[in-house]
Amino acid sequence: MREITYAQAGAEALAEEMRRDPKTFEMSTDAEPALLEEFGPTRVRATPIAESAFTGMSIGAAGSGYRPIVNWRQVTFAFVAMDQIVNQAAKIHYMFGGQQKFPVTFRAAVGGGTKLAAQHSQSPYSMFMNLAGMKIILPSTPYDMKGLLKSAIRDDNPVISFEANRLLGFKGEVPDDDYTVPIGVADVKREGADITVVAIAWMVHEALAAAEILDKEGVSVEVIDPRTLAPLDAGTIRKSVQKTGRLLVADEAGPTAGASAEIIALATEDAETFRALKVPVRRVCALNAPIPYSPVLEDHVFPNRQRIADGIRGVMSAG
Amino acid sequence: MRPNPEMQREMLRQMQTIRRFEERATKDYIEGDIYGVVHSYIGEEAVAVGVCSALEDGDKIISTHRGHGHCIAKGADLDKMMAELYGRETGYCKGKGGSMHIADFDIGMLGANGIVAGGISIVTGAGLAAQMDGNGRVAVSFFGDGASNAGPFHESINIAAKWKLPMLYVCENNLYAANTASTQTLAHPDVAARAHGYGIPGVIVDGNDIFAVHEAATEAVARARAGEGPTLIECKTYRWGRHTERPTQAEPRPGDEVEAWKKKDPIPRLRAELQQQQGQLTDEEWEEMDREILTKIEAAVGFAKASPFPKPEAALDDVFSEAAP
Repeated sequence: MREITYAQAGAEALAEEMRRDPKTFEMSTDAEPALLEEFGPTRVRATPIAESAFTGMSIGAAGSGYRPIVNWRQVTFAFVAMDQIVNQAAKIHYMFGGQQKFPVTFRAAVGGGTKLAAQHSQSPYSMFMNLAGMKIILPSTPYDMKGLLKSAIRDDNPVISFEANRLLGFKGEVPDDDYTVPIGVADVKREGADITVVAIAWMVHEALAAAEILDKEGVSVEVIDPRTLAPLDAGTIRKSVQKTGRLLVADEAGPTAGASAEIIALATEDAETFRALKVPVRRVCALNAPIPYSPVLEDHVFPNRQRIADGIRGVMSAG
Repeated sequence: MRPNPEMQREMLRQMQTIRRFEERATKDYIEGDIYGVVHSYIGEEAVAVGVCSALEDGDKIISTHRGHGHCIAKGADLDKMMAELYGRETGYCKGKGGSMHIADFDIGMLGANGIVAGGISIVTGAGLAAQMDGNGRVAVSFFGDGASNAGPFHESINIAAKWKLPMLYVCENNLYAANTASTQTLAHPDVAARAHGYGIPGVIVDGNDIFAVHEAATEAVARARAGEGPTLIECKTYRWGRHTERPTQAEPRPGDEVEAWKKKDPIPRLRAELQQQQGQLTDEEWEEMDREILTKIEAAVGFAKASPFPKPEAALDDVFSEAAP
């Protein structure tokens, strides 16, 4: 099967969906040349740097029969549009009693590794996870990227597609055929028997690398990729933990009130899963600091395969 | 050009309907039958009716936290409005929204909004949709002087001007943003003056003169339909009540200022015009019109009171467009 990058997979999903549905159009502060050439300036709109306005406009257009895709570029810029995201997009279907559908997709890159320092290296997805009314995807492979972004664009609700900065150039197999990956379904990226590692985005690959290391040490690691942060697929995670009896969560975001905290709560508040746990759960996350610039500092703040491997050893040695 | 006498009567009827609706909503709110908060539109009726009477079915509007008047002027159903205020399942939003979130997408009323300036960009998106549809429809953003100081006002008008979107930006300048006088917050006393910075017409009208509002709106609608882009219309007006109808709500405005504005009441102004200048509306006809309106309001309250509250578990409905798993 052919291999394309994570970024190409996203671009293909967007272009294919725009071919498929004439009601789709994109708004962003930059118009991507190939997209602009194919669809023209009416459907590929370069906006002023006015995130609040074009985010709000996407909601109004969605409520008027269109299916807009907004690309905020870095998630940093989404913060400029927080009123429109939090007070409007996430609530507009509900507070008006479901009168109208608002199918809008928001795209934003998250995560570090790019030496862009504190503002442009953030992973703030948990801030958005507690907005009832917003779906959130965060793929880790080109295959999932294409399939999930297509599902997001076809969804009749506001969906945020968070996309990992570190994975933009990551290559993987993607079929030529049209396919979708359902929102809300986790994927077992590696089967194992001794410990469940739930990993998010770039951490999926670090966890898979850690699993190889631990395999040589005789530990069988199961790696689960939630793929969707809202709704979270608690069933797949619980089932795995019931099998392995051990849980570690790896996230490039900080731990405090993070996706990692929610994943652990969903696992441990389930009686059957709780009873299956042999030892306390553990998290491997970014340290609690803004992301620094210098490579030495940045590397220190982010988790990686070694820290995940150490975490797994710690859980295994606990019993 | 003045609307024909029949339309003028209809404008008067709508203004009086808004007035009577707000009187009743305020009373029922103070008595505890309506929850949360009510922001009364009394005093500003000529703006909503003057603008909406220049629109056609299919044109869209968006409102503010003070939204009842815009709903009524766009043709909303009084029963469903009152039922929403009463928190009943027959309300416009099935009891999910209340006073600050009444919407009726079927008539192009895209909703009241609890965030000052929150609706301006949303309705600009409706204007963008109208432009892409190529159907000659226009969209109207109602907002206040307070919102004109917020970023979305400037960002949205800049985009609408650049893209020539079929938009009307209608500022209801009632001189106060909640309790703060616009003299303390507006760098220039005229919001309309800001239009020059975006290269679009900025028009100032007496917001209590329904003909002036209607004429300005009609001209702006024609401009928008012709593909010439947005217009900013500033309607100088005043709300009679305090910011909210909450009994503890502060009232920083001088009493003589309030009284002076009450003398500029747009409703008797139109009534006098119809009676004295045009010989159109006898006292008996006016009283009959008012009685009909009061009967409709009473019926709306009756409908609301007779309607059931939503089932508690309906709180989980409509979070998403598909049913909860």
